[in-house]
Amino acid sequence: MIFTEADMGAIYLTLRLATTVTLLLLLIGTPIAWWLARTKSWWKGPVGAIVALPLVLPPTVLGFYLLLAMGPNGVIGQFTQSLGLGTLPFTFWGLVIGSIFYSMPFVVQPIQNAIEAIGERPLEAAATLRAGPWDTFFTVVLPLAKPGFITAAILGFAHTVGEFGVVLMIGGNIPGETRVVSVQIYDHVEALEYAQAHALAAGMVVFSFIVLLGLYGFQRKQASLGMKYGG
Amino acid sequence: MKSKLMHLLQASCLLLLTFVSNLAAAEVIHVAAASNFTAPMKQIVKEFEQISGHKVRLAFGASGKFFAQIQHGAPFQVLLSADQAKPLALEQAGYTVPKSRFTYAIGTLALWSVKPNFKVEDASVLSQGAYNKLALANPKLAPYGLAAVEVLEKLSLKEATRSKWVQGENIAQTYQFTGTGNADLGFVSLSQIIVNGQIKQGSAWIIPDHFHRPIRQDAVLLKRGENSEAAQALLRFIKSEQAKKIIMAYGYHPPALERKAEIKS
Repeated sequence: MIFTEADMGAIYLTLRLATTVTLLLLLIGTPIAWWLARTKSWWKGPVGAIVALPLVLPPTVLGFYLLLAMGPNGVIGQFTQSLGLGTLPFTFWGLVIGSIFYSMPFVVQPIQNAIEAIGERPLEAAATLRAGPWDTFFTVVLPLAKPGFITAAILGFAHTVGEFGVVLMIGGNIPGETRVVSVQIYDHVEALEYAQAHALAAGMVVFSFIVLLGLYGFQRKQASLGMKYGG
Repeated sequence: MKSKLMHLLQASCLLLLTFVSNLAAAEVIHVAAASNFTAPMKQIVKEFEQISGHKVRLAFGASGKFFAQIQHGAPFQVLLSADQAKPLALEQAGYTVPKSRFTYAIGTLALWSVKPNFKVEDASVLSQGAYNKLALANPKLAPYGLAAVEVLEKLSLKEATRSKWVQGENIAQTYQFTGTGNADLGFVSLSQIIVNGQIKQGSAWIIPDHFHRPIRQDAVLLKRGENSEAAQALLRFIKSEQAKKIIMAYGYHPPALERKAEIKS
Protein backbone atom coordinates (compact mmCIF):
# COMPACT_ATOMS: atom_id res chain seq x y z
CA MET A 1 0.00 0.00 0.00
CA ILE A 2 1.38 3.38 -0.96
CA PHE A 3 -0.58 5.25 1.71
CA THR A 4 0.61 5.36 5.31
CA GLU A 5 -1.75 4.98 8.22
CA ALA A 6 -1.66 8.75 8.71
CA ASP A 7 -2.57 9.24 5.05
CA MET A 8 -5.53 6.89 5.38
CA GLY A 9 -6.66 8.75 8.50
CA ALA A 10 -6.51 12.02 6.58
CA ILE A 11 -8.49 10.55 3.67
CA TYR A 12 -11.17 9.21 5.99
CA LEU A 13 -11.39 12.53 7.85
CA THR A 14 -11.66 14.47 4.59
CA LEU A 15 -14.53 12.30 3.36
CA ARG A 16 -16.29 12.63 6.72
CA LEU A 17 -15.87 16.41 6.65
CA ALA A 18 -17.05 16.74 3.05
CA THR A 19 -20.09 14.55 3.65
CA THR A 20 -21.10 16.43 6.80
CA VAL A 21 -20.64 19.81 5.13
CA THR A 22 -22.55 18.80 1.99
CA LEU A 23 -25.54 17.55 3.95
CA LEU A 24 -25.63 20.65 6.15
CA LEU A 25 -25.18 22.95 3.18
CA LEU A 26 -28.11 21.37 1.33
CA LEU A 27 -30.22 22.03 4.43
CA ILE A 28 -28.99 25.59 4.96
CA GLY A 29 -28.40 26.51 1.33
CA THR A 30 -31.79 25.49 -0.03
CA PRO A 31 -33.86 28.11 1.86
CA ILE A 32 -31.25 30.76 1.02
CA ALA A 33 -31.30 29.75 -2.66
CA TRP A 34 -35.10 29.69 -2.62
CA TRP A 35 -35.27 33.14 -1.13
CA LEU A 36 -32.65 34.52 -3.54
CA ALA A 37 -34.48 33.01 -6.50
CA ARG A 38 -37.92 34.30 -5.52
CA THR A 39 -37.43 37.57 -3.67
CA LYS A 40 -37.90 41.01 -5.09
CA SER A 41 -36.48 42.59 -1.97
CA TRP A 42 -33.70 45.15 -2.07
CA TRP A 43 -31.69 42.73 0.07
CA LYS A 44 -31.27 40.26 -2.78
CA GLY A 45 -28.13 42.04 -4.01
CA PRO A 46 -26.29 42.28 -0.69
CA VAL A 47 -27.22 38.74 0.43
CA GLY A 48 -26.25 37.30 -2.95
CA ALA A 49 -22.94 39.14 -2.77
CA ILE A 50 -22.20 37.82 0.74
CA VAL A 51 -22.96 34.27 -0.36
CA ALA A 52 -20.62 34.69 -3.33
CA LEU A 53 -17.78 36.31 -1.35
CA PRO A 54 -15.79 33.08 -0.83
CA LEU A 55 -15.53 32.77 -4.63
CA VAL A 56 -13.28 35.81 -4.75
CA LEU A 57 -11.76 36.09 -1.27
CA PRO A 58 -8.48 34.31 -0.65
CA PRO A 59 -9.11 31.43 1.80
CA THR A 60 -6.53 32.97 4.12
CA VAL A 61 -8.77 36.02 4.57
CA LEU A 62 -11.73 33.85 5.43
CA GLY A 63 -9.57 31.63 7.66
CA PHE A 64 -8.04 34.58 9.46
CA TYR A 65 -11.41 36.17 10.25
CA LEU A 66 -12.85 32.83 11.28
CA LEU A 67 -9.90 32.33 13.64
CA LEU A 68 -10.61 35.73 15.19
CA ALA A 69 -14.40 35.35 15.22
CA MET A 70 -14.36 31.84 16.66
CA GLY A 71 -11.63 32.71 19.17
CA PRO A 72 -12.33 33.42 22.85
CA ASN A 73 -12.87 37.14 22.19
CA GLY A 74 -14.72 36.77 18.90
CA VAL A 75 -18.46 36.95 18.27
CA ILE A 76 -18.86 33.27 17.47
CA GLY A 77 -16.42 32.30 20.23
CA GLN A 78 -18.35 34.27 22.87
CA PHE A 79 -21.54 32.58 21.70
CA THR A 80 -20.17 29.02 21.76
CA GLN A 81 -18.57 29.65 25.15
CA SER A 82 -21.86 30.89 26.57
CA LEU A 83 -23.40 27.61 25.41
CA GLY A 84 -20.65 25.77 27.29
CA LEU A 85 -19.18 24.39 24.06
CA GLY A 86 -15.78 26.06 24.39
CA THR A 87 -14.22 27.54 21.28
CA LEU A 88 -14.33 26.04 17.79
CA PRO A 89 -10.85 26.41 16.27
CA PHE A 90 -8.82 23.20 16.22
CA THR A 91 -11.96 21.04 16.27
CA PHE A 92 -13.76 19.01 13.62
CA TRP A 93 -16.89 21.14 14.05
CA GLY A 94 -14.83 24.27 13.66
CA LEU A 95 -13.76 22.97 10.27
CA VAL A 96 -17.38 22.15 9.46
CA ILE A 97 -18.45 25.74 10.18
CA GLY A 98 -15.52 27.14 8.22
CA SER A 99 -16.25 24.86 5.26
CA ILE A 100 -19.92 25.81 5.26
CA PHE A 101 -18.96 29.44 4.68
CA TYR A 102 -16.28 28.46 2.21
CA SER A 103 -18.38 26.13 0.04
CA MET A 104 -21.68 28.01 0.36
CA PRO A 105 -21.71 29.61 -3.12
CA PHE A 106 -21.03 26.27 -4.78
CA VAL A 107 -24.22 24.90 -3.28
CA VAL A 108 -26.49 27.95 -3.25
CA GLN A 109 -25.88 29.16 -6.80
CA PRO A 110 -26.78 25.96 -8.72
CA ILE A 111 -29.94 25.54 -6.63
CA GLN A 112 -30.84 29.20 -7.09
CA ASN A 113 -30.35 28.95 -10.86
CA ALA A 114 -32.46 25.81 -11.00
CA ILE A 115 -35.31 27.38 -9.02
CA GLU A 116 -35.18 30.53 -11.15
CA ALA A 117 -35.38 28.37 -14.27
CA ILE A 118 -38.66 26.83 -13.08
CA GLY A 119 -40.34 30.21 -13.32
CA GLU A 120 -43.68 31.31 -11.91
CA ARG A 121 -46.10 29.18 -13.87
CA PRO A 122 -45.65 25.76 -12.25
CA LEU A 123 -45.83 27.44 -8.82
CA GLU A 124 -48.98 29.34 -9.73
CA ALA A 125 -50.48 26.16 -11.09
CA ALA A 126 -49.67 24.41 -7.83
CA ALA A 127 -51.24 27.29 -5.88
CA THR A 128 -54.48 27.12 -7.89
CA LEU A 129 -54.61 23.43 -7.03
CA ARG A 130 -54.43 24.54 -3.37
CA ALA A 131 -50.99 23.11 -2.69
CA GLY A 132 -49.40 24.58 0.43
CA PRO A 133 -45.84 25.96 0.30
CA TRP A 134 -44.28 22.75 1.68
CA ASP A 135 -46.35 20.61 -0.63
CA THR A 136 -45.33 22.81 -3.58
CA PHE A 137 -41.71 22.55 -2.62
CA PHE A 138 -41.63 18.76 -2.36
CA THR A 139 -43.94 17.88 -5.26
CA VAL A 140 -43.09 20.65 -7.75
CA VAL A 141 -39.84 22.48 -6.97
CA LEU A 142 -37.72 19.56 -5.81
CA PRO A 143 -38.42 17.28 -8.80
CA LEU A 144 -38.04 20.11 -11.33
CA ALA A 145 -34.88 21.50 -9.73
CA LYS A 146 -33.35 18.09 -9.06
CA PRO A 147 -30.43 18.54 -11.49
CA GLY A 148 -29.54 21.78 -9.70
CA PHE A 149 -29.54 20.01 -6.34
CA ILE A 150 -27.34 17.22 -7.68
CA THR A 151 -24.90 19.71 -9.18
CA ALA A 152 -24.90 21.61 -5.88
CA ALA A 153 -24.17 18.48 -3.84
CA ILE A 154 -21.32 17.38 -6.12
CA LEU A 155 -19.70 20.82 -6.23
CA GLY A 156 -20.11 21.36 -2.48
CA PHE A 157 -18.55 17.98 -1.72
CA ALA A 158 -15.68 18.36 -4.16
CA HIS A 159 -14.92 21.92 -3.11
CA THR A 160 -14.77 20.90 0.56
CA VAL A 161 -12.41 18.03 -0.30
CA GLY A 162 -10.18 20.56 -2.03
CA GLU A 163 -10.21 23.05 0.82
CA PHE A 164 -6.83 24.06 2.20
CA GLY A 165 -6.30 27.66 3.24
CA VAL A 166 -9.18 27.85 5.70
CA VAL A 167 -8.30 24.50 7.27
CA LEU A 168 -4.69 25.54 7.64
CA MET A 169 -5.71 28.74 9.41
CA ILE A 170 -8.18 27.25 11.90
CA GLY A 171 -7.23 23.57 11.99
CA GLY A 172 -4.07 23.18 14.03
CA ASN A 173 -3.12 19.98 12.18
CA ILE A 174 -4.54 17.49 14.70
CA PRO A 175 -4.57 13.87 13.44
CA GLY A 176 -8.09 12.48 13.12
CA GLU A 177 -9.63 15.85 13.97
CA THR A 178 -8.40 18.54 11.58
CA ARG A 179 -5.58 17.03 9.51
CA VAL A 180 -7.30 16.63 6.14
CA VAL A 181 -5.73 15.36 2.92
CA SER A 182 -4.71 18.76 1.56
CA VAL A 183 -2.88 19.56 4.82
CA GLN A 184 -1.30 16.11 4.84
CA ILE A 185 0.00 16.71 1.28
CA TYR A 186 1.35 20.08 2.35
CA ASP A 187 3.13 18.44 5.31
CA HIS A 188 4.68 15.81 3.06
CA VAL A 189 5.91 18.47 0.65
CA GLU A 190 7.30 20.64 3.44
CA ALA A 191 9.03 17.65 5.02
CA LEU A 192 10.54 16.84 1.60
CA GLU A 193 8.67 13.50 1.52
CA TYR A 194 7.94 13.95 -2.16
CA ALA A 195 7.07 10.30 -2.89
CA GLN A 196 4.28 10.28 -0.31
CA ALA A 197 3.16 13.73 -1.43
CA HIS A 198 2.92 12.45 -5.00
CA ALA A 199 0.77 9.48 -4.02
CA LEU A 200 -1.81 11.65 -2.24
CA ALA A 201 -1.60 14.53 -4.71
CA ALA A 202 -2.10 12.23 -7.69
CA GLY A 203 -5.05 10.70 -5.87
CA MET A 204 -6.55 14.19 -5.51
CA VAL A 205 -6.08 14.96 -9.19
CA VAL A 206 -7.72 11.69 -10.24
CA PHE A 207 -10.57 12.18 -7.77
CA SER A 208 -11.25 15.75 -8.89
CA PHE A 209 -11.07 14.83 -12.55
CA ILE A 210 -13.54 11.97 -12.15
CA VAL A 211 -15.94 14.14 -10.16
CA LEU A 212 -15.89 16.93 -12.75
CA LEU A 213 -16.11 14.46 -15.63
CA GLY A 214 -19.14 12.90 -14.00
CA LEU A 215 -20.66 16.31 -13.38
CA TYR A 216 -20.24 17.53 -16.94
CA GLY A 217 -21.49 14.22 -18.30
CA PHE A 218 -24.55 14.59 -16.09
CA GLN A 219 -25.12 18.19 -17.17
CA ARG A 220 -24.83 17.28 -20.85
CA LYS A 221 -27.42 14.59 -20.38
CA GLN A 222 -29.73 17.11 -18.73
CA ALA A 223 -29.08 19.62 -21.51
CA SER A 224 -29.97 17.05 -24.16
CA LEU A 225 -33.20 16.54 -22.25
CA GLY A 226 -33.86 20.20 -22.75
CA MET A 227 -32.94 21.44 -19.31
CA LYS A 228 -29.70 22.97 -18.14
CA TYR A 229 -29.28 24.13 -14.61
CA GLY A 230 -26.44 25.02 -12.37
CA GLY A 231 -22.82 25.57 -13.15
CA MET B 1 16.26 76.43 -32.76
CA LYS B 2 18.93 73.94 -33.60
CA SER B 3 20.96 74.70 -30.52
CA LYS B 4 17.88 74.28 -28.34
CA LEU B 5 17.39 70.82 -29.74
CA MET B 6 21.04 70.02 -29.12
CA HIS B 7 20.69 71.14 -25.51
CA LEU B 8 17.68 68.96 -25.01
CA LEU B 9 19.44 65.99 -26.53
CA GLN B 10 22.50 66.60 -24.38
CA ALA B 11 20.43 66.88 -21.24
CA SER B 12 18.49 63.71 -21.89
CA CYS B 13 21.69 61.82 -22.68
CA LEU B 14 23.10 62.96 -19.39
CA LEU B 15 19.95 61.92 -17.59
CA LEU B 16 20.02 58.51 -19.21
CA LEU B 17 23.66 58.10 -18.33
CA THR B 18 23.17 58.83 -14.66
CA PHE B 19 20.15 56.53 -14.61
CA VAL B 20 22.11 53.66 -16.14
CA SER B 21 25.09 54.12 -13.87
CA ASN B 22 22.78 54.16 -10.86
CA LEU B 23 21.26 50.93 -12.07
CA ALA B 24 24.65 49.30 -12.28
CA ALA B 25 25.54 50.30 -8.72
CA ALA B 26 22.23 49.67 -6.98
CA GLU B 27 20.91 46.16 -7.37
CA VAL B 28 17.60 44.67 -6.41
CA ILE B 29 17.98 41.28 -4.75
CA HIS B 30 15.48 38.72 -3.59
CA VAL B 31 15.96 37.14 -0.18
CA ALA B 32 14.04 34.25 1.36
CA ALA B 33 13.97 34.33 5.16
CA ALA B 34 12.50 32.07 7.82
CA SER B 35 9.34 33.48 9.35
CA ASN B 36 10.80 33.51 12.88
CA PHE B 37 13.40 36.00 11.65
CA THR B 38 10.85 38.44 10.22
CA ALA B 39 11.18 41.28 12.73
CA PRO B 40 15.00 41.48 12.97
CA MET B 41 15.41 40.90 9.23
CA LYS B 42 13.20 43.86 8.37
CA GLN B 43 15.35 46.10 10.51
CA ILE B 44 18.60 44.63 9.19
CA VAL B 45 17.46 45.20 5.63
CA LYS B 46 16.37 48.75 6.40
CA GLU B 47 19.82 49.62 7.70
CA PHE B 48 21.53 47.70 4.91
CA GLU B 49 19.56 49.56 2.26
CA GLN B 50 20.47 52.89 3.82
CA ILE B 51 24.17 52.07 3.84
CA SER B 52 24.49 50.30 0.51
CA GLY B 53 21.81 51.82 -1.71
CA HIS B 54 20.78 48.33 -2.79
CA LYS B 55 17.19 47.21 -2.64
CA VAL B 56 16.20 43.98 -0.90
CA ARG B 57 12.92 42.23 -1.65
CA LEU B 58 12.09 40.00 1.31
CA ALA B 59 9.98 36.87 1.29
CA PHE B 60 9.15 35.27 4.63
CA GLY B 61 7.89 31.74 5.05
CA ALA B 62 8.57 28.16 5.96
CA SER B 63 12.07 26.99 5.13
CA GLY B 64 10.79 23.74 3.60
CA LYS B 65 8.73 25.67 1.10
CA PHE B 66 11.70 27.83 0.15
CA PHE B 67 13.78 24.69 -0.22
CA ALA B 68 11.35 23.26 -2.77
CA GLN B 69 10.99 26.59 -4.56
CA ILE B 70 14.74 27.16 -4.85
CA GLN B 71 15.17 23.70 -6.36
CA HIS B 72 12.59 24.68 -8.94
CA GLY B 73 14.01 27.98 -10.01
CA ALA B 74 12.76 30.51 -7.46
CA PRO B 75 14.51 33.85 -8.03
CA PHE B 76 16.19 34.09 -4.60
CA GLN B 77 19.83 35.06 -4.23
CA VAL B 78 20.05 34.49 -0.48
CA LEU B 79 18.35 32.07 1.91
CA LEU B 80 18.13 32.61 5.66
CA SER B 81 16.84 29.28 6.85
CA ALA B 82 15.31 28.41 10.21
CA ASP B 83 17.61 25.41 10.45
CA GLN B 84 20.87 23.97 9.22
CA ALA B 85 19.46 21.01 7.33
CA LYS B 86 17.96 22.86 4.38
CA PRO B 87 20.95 25.05 3.50
CA LEU B 88 23.13 21.94 3.82
CA ALA B 89 20.86 19.92 1.54
CA LEU B 90 20.83 22.75 -1.00
CA GLU B 91 24.61 22.90 -0.82
CA GLN B 92 24.91 19.16 -1.44
CA ALA B 93 22.53 19.42 -4.38
CA GLY B 94 24.64 22.17 -5.90
CA TYR B 95 22.21 25.08 -5.55
CA THR B 96 24.51 27.22 -3.45
CA VAL B 97 27.85 28.96 -3.73
CA PRO B 98 30.35 26.63 -2.01
CA LYS B 99 31.62 27.71 1.41
CA SER B 100 29.07 30.49 1.72
CA ARG B 101 27.05 28.75 4.44
CA PHE B 102 27.24 30.15 7.99
CA THR B 103 25.19 30.34 11.19
CA TYR B 104 23.66 33.80 11.46
CA ALA B 105 21.59 33.34 14.63
CA ILE B 106 20.74 30.87 17.33
CA GLY B 107 17.09 30.92 18.19
CA THR B 108 15.50 31.24 21.61
CA LEU B 109 12.29 29.45 22.41
CA ALA B 110 9.62 30.88 24.72
CA LEU B 111 6.47 29.47 26.26
CA TRP B 112 3.97 32.28 25.92
CA SER B 113 0.40 33.20 26.82
CA VAL B 114 -1.63 36.35 26.18
CA LYS B 115 -4.29 35.39 28.69
CA PRO B 116 -4.28 37.67 31.76
CA ASN B 117 -5.14 34.69 34.02
CA PHE B 118 -1.98 32.87 32.94
CA LYS B 119 1.26 33.90 34.60
CA VAL B 120 3.80 31.95 32.62
CA GLU B 121 7.11 31.94 34.53
CA ASP B 122 8.36 28.38 34.36
CA ALA B 123 7.32 24.86 33.42
CA SER B 124 4.76 24.59 36.23
CA VAL B 125 1.98 25.94 34.03
CA LEU B 126 2.57 22.97 31.72
CA SER B 127 2.64 20.33 34.42
CA GLN B 128 -0.48 21.69 36.12
CA GLY B 129 -2.35 21.14 32.87
CA ALA B 130 -5.03 23.82 33.40
CA TYR B 131 -5.01 25.09 29.81
CA ASN B 132 -7.13 24.36 26.74
CA LYS B 133 -4.54 24.00 23.99
CA LEU B 134 -0.77 24.08 23.62
CA ALA B 135 0.35 25.52 20.29
CA LEU B 136 3.65 24.50 18.78
CA ALA B 137 5.16 24.52 15.32
CA ASN B 138 4.97 21.21 13.49
CA PRO B 139 8.08 19.39 14.77
CA LYS B 140 8.39 17.54 11.47
CA LEU B 141 8.76 20.82 9.58
CA ALA B 142 9.98 23.55 11.89
CA PRO B 143 13.08 23.58 14.10
CA TYR B 144 11.21 25.58 16.73
CA GLY B 145 8.62 22.82 16.83
CA LEU B 146 11.33 20.20 17.22
CA ALA B 147 12.89 22.20 20.06
CA ALA B 148 9.48 22.49 21.73
CA VAL B 149 9.07 18.73 21.65
CA GLU B 150 12.56 18.32 23.11
CA VAL B 151 11.57 20.64 25.97
CA LEU B 152 8.45 18.56 26.63
CA GLU B 153 10.54 15.38 26.56
CA LYS B 154 13.01 16.87 29.01
CA LEU B 155 10.11 17.74 31.31
CA SER B 156 8.65 14.23 30.83
CA LEU B 157 5.43 15.91 29.67
CA LYS B 158 5.39 14.91 26.01
CA GLU B 159 2.79 12.16 26.26
CA ALA B 160 0.75 13.95 28.93
CA THR B 161 0.38 17.08 26.81
CA ARG B 162 0.05 15.50 23.37
CA SER B 163 -3.75 15.51 23.33
CA LYS B 164 -3.66 19.29 23.73
CA TRP B 165 -1.22 20.03 20.92
CA VAL B 166 -2.24 22.22 18.01
CA GLN B 167 0.39 22.54 15.35
CA GLY B 168 1.16 25.54 13.20
CA GLU B 169 2.80 24.88 9.88
CA ASN B 170 5.48 27.35 10.86
CA ILE B 171 6.30 29.53 13.83
CA ALA B 172 4.30 32.49 12.46
CA GLN B 173 1.12 30.46 12.53
CA THR B 174 1.93 29.15 15.99
CA TYR B 175 2.21 32.76 17.11
CA GLN B 176 -1.16 33.47 15.49
CA PHE B 177 -2.86 30.58 17.33
CA THR B 178 -1.49 31.82 20.65
CA GLY B 179 -1.70 35.56 19.99
CA THR B 180 -5.41 35.39 19.09
CA GLY B 181 -6.02 33.58 22.39
CA ASN B 182 -7.31 30.45 20.67
CA ALA B 183 -4.58 28.44 22.38
CA ASP B 184 -3.90 29.33 26.04
CA LEU B 185 -0.22 28.46 25.69
CA GLY B 186 2.21 28.32 22.82
CA PHE B 187 5.87 27.65 22.12
CA VAL B 188 6.95 30.61 20.00
CA SER B 189 10.19 32.24 19.02
CA LEU B 190 11.29 34.86 21.54
CA SER B 191 11.90 37.19 18.58
CA GLN B 192 8.17 37.29 17.90
CA ILE B 193 7.13 38.55 21.31
CA ILE B 194 9.97 40.84 22.27
CA VAL B 195 10.17 44.59 21.68
CA ASN B 196 13.14 46.53 23.03
CA GLY B 197 14.02 43.67 25.33
CA GLN B 198 10.51 43.49 26.83
CA ILE B 199 7.76 40.91 26.34
CA LYS B 200 5.21 43.05 24.51
CA GLN B 201 2.04 41.24 25.59
CA GLY B 202 1.06 38.58 28.10
CA SER B 203 3.68 36.57 29.95
CA ALA B 204 6.39 34.17 28.88
CA TRP B 205 8.90 31.65 30.14
CA ILE B 206 12.12 32.08 28.19
CA ILE B 207 13.29 28.51 27.88
CA PRO B 208 16.87 28.03 29.12
CA ASP B 209 19.28 26.71 26.49
CA HIS B 210 19.90 23.35 28.16
CA PHE B 211 16.29 22.23 27.62
CA HIS B 212 16.82 21.63 23.91
CA ARG B 213 19.52 21.37 21.29
CA PRO B 214 20.48 24.81 19.99
CA ILE B 215 18.31 26.12 17.15
CA ARG B 216 21.09 27.04 14.74
CA GLN B 217 19.84 29.02 11.79
CA ASP B 218 22.05 29.00 8.71
CA ALA B 219 22.25 31.42 5.82
CA VAL B 220 23.60 30.62 2.41
CA LEU B 221 24.41 32.40 -0.84
CA LEU B 222 22.45 30.73 -3.62
CA LYS B 223 23.77 30.09 -7.12
CA ARG B 224 21.63 32.92 -8.46
CA GLY B 225 23.48 35.31 -6.18
CA GLU B 226 26.93 34.16 -7.18
CA ASN B 227 27.68 37.25 -9.25
CA SER B 228 25.58 39.67 -7.23
CA GLU B 229 27.60 42.25 -5.35
CA ALA B 230 24.50 43.19 -3.35
CA ALA B 231 23.82 39.64 -2.19
CA GLN B 232 27.38 39.23 -0.99
CA ALA B 233 27.29 42.64 0.68
CA LEU B 234 24.10 41.68 2.52
CA LEU B 235 25.67 38.49 3.86
CA ARG B 236 28.72 40.46 4.98
CA PHE B 237 26.41 42.94 6.67
CA ILE B 238 24.56 40.17 8.51
CA LYS B 239 27.91 39.10 10.00
CA SER B 240 28.74 42.67 11.09
CA GLU B 241 28.56 44.00 14.63
CA GLN B 242 25.78 46.37 13.59
CA ALA B 243 23.55 43.49 12.48
CA LYS B 244 24.50 41.33 15.46
CA LYS B 245 23.22 44.04 17.74
CA ILE B 246 19.82 43.88 16.03
CA ILE B 247 19.82 40.08 16.10
CA MET B 248 20.54 40.08 19.84
CA ALA B 249 17.93 42.72 20.56
CA TYR B 250 15.34 40.25 19.28
CA GLY B 251 16.42 37.56 21.70
CA TYR B 252 18.72 35.54 19.47
CA HIS B 253 22.25 34.55 20.33
CA PRO B 254 24.79 35.38 17.69
CA PRO B 255 27.00 32.34 17.02
CA ALA B 256 30.17 33.79 18.60
CA LEU B 257 28.51 34.48 21.94
CA GLU B 258 27.04 31.03 22.00
CA ARG B 259 30.48 29.48 21.80
CA LYS B 260 31.56 31.56 24.80
CA ALA B 261 28.51 30.38 26.71
CA GLU B 262 29.43 26.80 25.99
CA ILE B 263 32.91 27.31 27.39
CA LYS B 264 31.51 28.88 30.54
CA SER B 265 29.10 26.05 31.32
